[in-house]
Amino acid sequence: MSVSPSKDGFIAVFFSFYKKKAKPLIHFFSMLAMTFLGLLLLTFVIGRLMPIDPVIAVIGDKAPEELYQKTYKEMGLDEPIVMQFIYYLGDVLQGDLGTSVRTANLVTDDILNYFPATLELATLATVFGILLGVPIGVLAAVKQNKWQDYLVRFFGLIGHSAPIFWLAMLGIVVFYQHLDWVAAPEGRLSVMYEYTLPKVTNMVLVDTIIAGNWDAFKDAFAHIILPASLLSYYSIAYLSRMTRSFMLDQLKQEYIITARVKGVSEMTIIWRHALGNAWVPLITVIALTYATLLEGSVLTEIVFSWPGLGRYITDALLAADMNAVLGGTIVVGLVFILLNLTSDLLYKVFDPRAK
Amino acid sequence: MKLIFNKTRRIVSTASLVLALSASCVFPNLASASTPKDSLVVGWQFDDIITLDTAEIFEFSGSEIAGNTYDRLIGFDPNDVSKIFGVAAESWTVSKDGKTFTFKMRKGVTFSSGNKMTAEDAAFSLQRAVILDKSPAFILTQFGFNEDNVKDKIKAVDAHTLTIETDKAYAPTFVLYCLTATVASIVDKTEVMKHEADGDMGFAWLRTNYAGSGPYKIEQWKPSEIVVLSANKNYWAGAPEMKNVFIRHIAESSVQQLLLEKGDIDIARNLDTEQLKSLAGSTDVKLLKKGKGSLYYLSMNMKNPILAKPKVQEALKYLIDYKGLEETVWAGRGQVQQAFLPKGFLGALEDQPFSLDVEKAKALLAEAGYPNGFDIELIVRNKSIRIDTAKSIQTTFAKAGINVKLIPMDGKQVLTTYRARKHQLFFGSWGPDYQDPHTNADTFAKNLDNSDDAKSKPVAWRNAYEPKQMTKDTLAALLEPDSNKRANMYLAIQKAHQKSAPFAFIMQEQEVAGIRENVDGYVLGPSFDTNYYKDVVKK
Repeated sequence: MSVSPSKDGFIAVFFSFYKKKAKPLIHFFSMLAMTFLGLLLLTFVIGRLMPIDPVIAVIGDKAPEELYQKTYKEMGLDEPIVMQFIYYLGDVLQGDLGTSVRTANLVTDDILNYFPATLELATLATVFGILLGVPIGVLAAVKQNKWQDYLVRFFGLIGHSAPIFWLAMLGIVVFYQHLDWVAAPEGRLSVMYEYTLPKVTNMVLVDTIIAGNWDAFKDAFAHIILPASLLSYYSIAYLSRMTRSFMLDQLKQEYIITARVKGVSEMTIIWRHALGNAWVPLITVIALTYATLLEGSVLTEIVFSWPGLGRYITDALLAADMNAVLGGTIVVGLVFILLNLTSDLLYKVFDPRAK
Repeated sequence: MKLIFNKTRRIVSTASLVLALSASCVFPNLASASTPKDSLVVGWQFDDIITLDTAEIFEFSGSEIAGNTYDRLIGFDPNDVSKIFGVAAESWTVSKDGKTFTFKMRKGVTFSSGNKMTAEDAAFSLQRAVILDKSPAFILTQFGFNEDNVKDKIKAVDAHTLTIETDKAYAPTFVLYCLTATVASIVDKTEVMKHEADGDMGFAWLRTNYAGSGPYKIEQWKPSEIVVLSANKNYWAGAPEMKNVFIRHIAESSVQQLLLEKGDIDIARNLDTEQLKSLAGSTDVKLLKKGKGSLYYLSMNMKNPILAKPKVQEALKYLIDYKGLEETVWAGRGQVQQAFLPKGFLGALEDQPFSLDVEKAKALLAEAGYPNGFDIELIVRNKSIRIDTAKSIQTTFAKAGINVKLIPMDGKQVLTTYRARKHQLFFGSWGPDYQDPHTNADTFAKNLDNSDDAKSKPVAWRNAYEPKQMTKDTLAALLEPDSNKRANMYLAIQKAHQKSAPFAFIMQEQEVAGIRENVDGYVLGPSFDTNYYKDVVKK
């Protein structure tokens, strides 16, 4: 029995499509699924191995033993840990992340509430980081081993080594207590706007703009500016060091010498040619810095009473609130994957060789 | 090169200038610190709230929110707990056999939904708490109620009359005090049942919503972020003057102090010893203090052969610097109390037979066979005042050769270890569940079964302490109708307990709130559900 040419052609086209397009996609998604599975399994096992009784988080310390045993069974803790994980996975695949025992809310709702707070803080911090970190990194590279370079490196060293808690308290004392430049470290908004502002994105800077409430926007900005600046200090410190390093590499390249010989202005050489090429590795660094900030900065969130994801996950972990911990882990995993994908795409934009 | 530098500098300067200008446009007048005149703003650590349903609330912060937003049948005077008065109930009588309590409901009480409160709401609320059987349900089920009989035992005879029939003739004050607990709050039956799902009596809904009749209603609860209360204009005892109460979760006590000093909050609830000292001379801030029911104690697990020895237990009680702790670590936040009932409770023993006496302790240890001391572990929650107290214990124990290894843990971790009887020494606290002495006697002086799989695991069990006679005496005191006789019974139990139990009671907590000078009327009661906002006014 012979295969008709058209059918044969279809199979050939199919295999060609599979090899070129579908196979990489299937490979990508199966890697993604395995990464998530591994991430969830690891978090689940760590959560269960912690010496914290999850039943106590639900019923407290004083509940009678009968209630303890009843709740223990209701939570499925009498099942083997593997089965507990399989049940959880089944729920996740159906889009059910469960209910948090600490907040009595659906974990999905909690994440939609807490993640935007972290998102706007991290985004602002990263924007500040890029705006200041990259130029001073360039300056340090151009002025290698001069006082400007030492100053930038010293600034970077402090940014890396000073405890964030101490810096945050110092910032509050200076800019809030003495200078009155920023709003109180009490959260995202003053009480007068707290439950009057319509929620659209749950990012208050954005929601105040959508509502056209400029007083509330100013208030929100005055609340975010200090924690965002403090977090950005770390980004600035890191990005300036990395920019310096990448720029030094570029400035030694032959094409720079050629450009100088051809009489291209130093400004163009530095900002267009050298920095243009330094951006390629910098994108990965920026993406990773941003991703780290998006996990939430627990100490900053505590000091500024900022209701972010980092504090949510940490509190959940300490209360053995596994649904919340795993829900948060999924978000963090997604953030890393999305930012990696974005940086891959940007690579192609900035580096013609990658196209 | 100079040109490059100048241009780079110009770019950096321009960027900085743009940032500075944009900031300066925003900053002016933003940090002007003052709270709204018609609202109260409170800074507090309330991340323990896990539910708003009064049938489930068993946390300090949740109790305080419920205490300000729900009515109960009866209440007590925060300044004199022996004065019990009607709230949603106007009056009550007790039958001759001491088993039936009849309450006449107050007329004109309205829920925030607009529904009128009747005896049916009260009966439903108590029945619901028993049927749902959440953590605090035992406060009601200890009177013999269960899912099957509660609708017969607690019922509305008519719209204004409620009867409660207990299984035994308990001391009347015991029953009444239990009815002042959060779990006995009255919810709006119509509103709650409107949101019932799968026969849950509205549980899933009420965990994050409100259906009460108190002076304030709950507008919003964002976990670990904010609680917003608004005044109930129709409150039967008159609407509160503050239209809103904003309670913000401020985790850092030093930040609470800053906000209070700047006037961004009116009340700071979690000030540390050092902050209280620095605020003591302030003209803008005053300090309000109130003895709470929480007791801080050291317990010795009798599963450990060394700690099981009575002489060792006695020696350890003489190796604690009670006065020193009160004056330094606790400075204003605690008072020495060496018995299991807090001061202010019926029959509380105020004797203080123990003080730091190293020589006496050494002699007792020698008698017990440990003249050179021993090594022991102490678990403690990683909170500053607890750690500091534990460190002091470590230091004074070392004077008698006892080498204490401190093991700081997170709160839930400590409780997991303690509940499993896996500790050696434990330092922690216990807060009463209701205002009657049985609440603490039941856990510290009663242990019906010391086996590992016991059905009841009170604190005495957790330390493998099995006081047979004291258990009988505790059960007898529960049934004594005469208050004076009952008080004497508890005094006797505490004296015996003080002498022979593996517990060293050290401190009774004193809550201190920092309050702006222009704020009056805030009440700190002996329990968290008696911390009231309703009488607050601003000058």
